[in-house]
Amino acid sequence: MSIAEDARHVPDGNAPPAQIDAEEARRARTRRIERIARWTLPALVMVLAIWGWHRVVTVNEIPHYILPGPGLVWESLVNDRAMLMDAAWLTFRITFMALILAVLGGAGLAILFNQSRMLEMSFYPYAVILQVTPVVAIAPLIFIYVESKIAGMLICAWIVAFFPVLSSTTLGLNSVDHNLRDLFKIYRASRWQRLVHLQLPSALPYFLGGLRIAGGLSLIGAVVAELVAGTGGIGSGLAFRIQEAGYRLNIARMFAALSLVAAMGVFIFAALSLVSHLLLRKWHESAVKRET
Amino acid sequence: MTAQPAPHSRPQHAARAVSGRSRVLTMSGVDKVFGADVVALEGMELEVREGDFISLLGPSGCGKSTALRLIADLMPPTAGRIEWQGGFHPGDLGVVFQEPTLMPWATVAQNVWLPFRLRGKSFAAARDEVKEALDLVGLGRFMNAYPRELSGGMKMRVSIARAMVTHPRLILMDEPFAALDEITRFKLNNDLLQLKARIGCTVIFVTHSVFESVFLSDRIVVMAARPGRVIRELGVDEPYPRDEDFRTSADYAAHCRAASAALHEAMGDAA
Ligand SMILES: Nc1ncnc2c1ncn2[C@@H]1O[C@H](COP(=O)(O)OP(=O)(O)OP(=O)(O)O)[C@@H](O)[C@H]1O
Ligand SMILES: [Mg+2]
Repeated sequence: MSIAEDARHVPDGNAPPAQIDAEEARRARTRRIERIARWTLPALVMVLAIWGWHRVVTVNEIPHYILPGPGLVWESLVNDRAMLMDAAWLTFRITFMALILAVLGGAGLAILFNQSRMLEMSFYPYAVILQVTPVVAIAPLIFIYVESKIAGMLICAWIVAFFPVLSSTTLGLNSVDHNLRDLFKIYRASRWQRLVHLQLPSALPYFLGGLRIAGGLSLIGAVVAELVAGTGGIGSGLAFRIQEAGYRLNIARMFAALSLVAAMGVFIFAALSLVSHLLLRKWHESAVKRET
Repeated sequence: MTAQPAPHSRPQHAARAVSGRSRVLTMSGVDKVFGADVVALEGMELEVREGDFISLLGPSGCGKSTALRLIADLMPPTAGRIEWQGGFHPGDLGVVFQEPTLMPWATVAQNVWLPFRLRGKSFAAARDEVKEALDLVGLGRFMNAYPRELSGGMKMRVSIARAMVTHPRLILMDEPFAALDEITRFKLNNDLLQLKARIGCTVIFVTHSVFESVFLSDRIVVMAARPGRVIRELGVDEPYPRDEDFRTSADYAAHCRAASAALHEAMGDAA
């Protein structure tokens, strides 16, 4: 490849520095190859998998109601796009709202718990119980007592998503550098000043880590809630479309809807990673690119 | 405390100190006991006068940091009194820790602004003082840099600027240069003395280094461990400003020998 040739041209020169140059060039080359491979390798794997899938279906003449080929799935994606887009939009709205509530609830609770030890002791165990009880098991109950489908779905998604925000923010609020804490004490900072100027900024990287996990979980919560809630009144989301297509043996549409759910998950994760990077790039080690 | 007087011991110095300069802080009979039986500090007496540069010198565990933490009121003494002449007001005290202890999310200027900010002074109102403090430590051009963009020595300078920006009556420094390389350390020692000459600050400086304590201070308080206590107070009656020439002078060597001897005595006591 041309990369390798580039590198071979570099070290020609006087003897001792040339060795360092060769070393340096080799490292640069490795880095460049890695950068390209990060994108091309997964793409290649995907193309190969789709091609393999296509071959398996055509060679074995598998009927489309058992395993449709990638072409059929694509067709379904195009033909049913209006219906699938509506469904995706609904699922996305639920996921997004649940995530907002999870952030407000999780971070808010973390701050409350941090300010009052008594509150923390009283309620933290229940937050843990909510978290460890599978949402699929709670969801049917919720839909018995909660009239509105939207509200029920939001509650389900919130239950799954708020805990990572709570626990990581709590950890962050307690991870303040002890010397800085002393410094604030020496300057007679109030509790509020300490929270705003010291604890919240210290907690930000931890909070953002929890947020990224919560993004994925709120999608899971929304999908589970849809499956339990069924349809009615508010239209149907992606999960409901998957279920419905399954009943009709429209496997191609199942795959199409599923791929949209997956794409949505990736999109949420990427968006939250970007937010995190933008907020931390100026100062936090995780976001700083080292030139070595 | 009542050991035989060394060449430059307390009485001599005390006579000079009393002449004119006002008292800042007095520690009398201060004990600090952790738990049931860890005596970190026993019967500490210290009088700090305006313009003093006092070094606390002693082996690890002799209660140097404990003494500073008591003065900073980060914990109460078990017995004894620590009194500020005229009472304590926020802004009377500046502190420099062994680590730079900067807020990584804030710029250099915002870090130095912190003591003012916590007293409700806006950045606009404090800007001139912040700039002046940073100019004094030679970092006027780095107002808008983030701490991670600075070297270890530069971060320490920011920390010093933050400690003195309020013109405190006393600055506490707990081994501020221990983590730095020797070249940077010498440079910061020189700069610290220049700073002292310019703004006339009062400093209590904790160190493990005999050379550092002799170069910087006019009084060296030598401490011993288990129980933590003051065993000797040496005066370094050499005029400020001191420069590189002082480091190579015969007086400097003599003071270092005296301080070394006292330090050995302190370590011998502990063994
Ligand atoms: N918070 C604490 N709880 C219990 N013991 C403590 C505490 N802080 C200090 N000590 C003990 O008090 C003694 C004096 O500690 P201190 O940190 O003041 O020593 P130091 O002179 O600063 O030592 P070094 O030079 O290593 O920093 C030590 O024996 C230490 O173990
Ligand atoms: Mg110490």
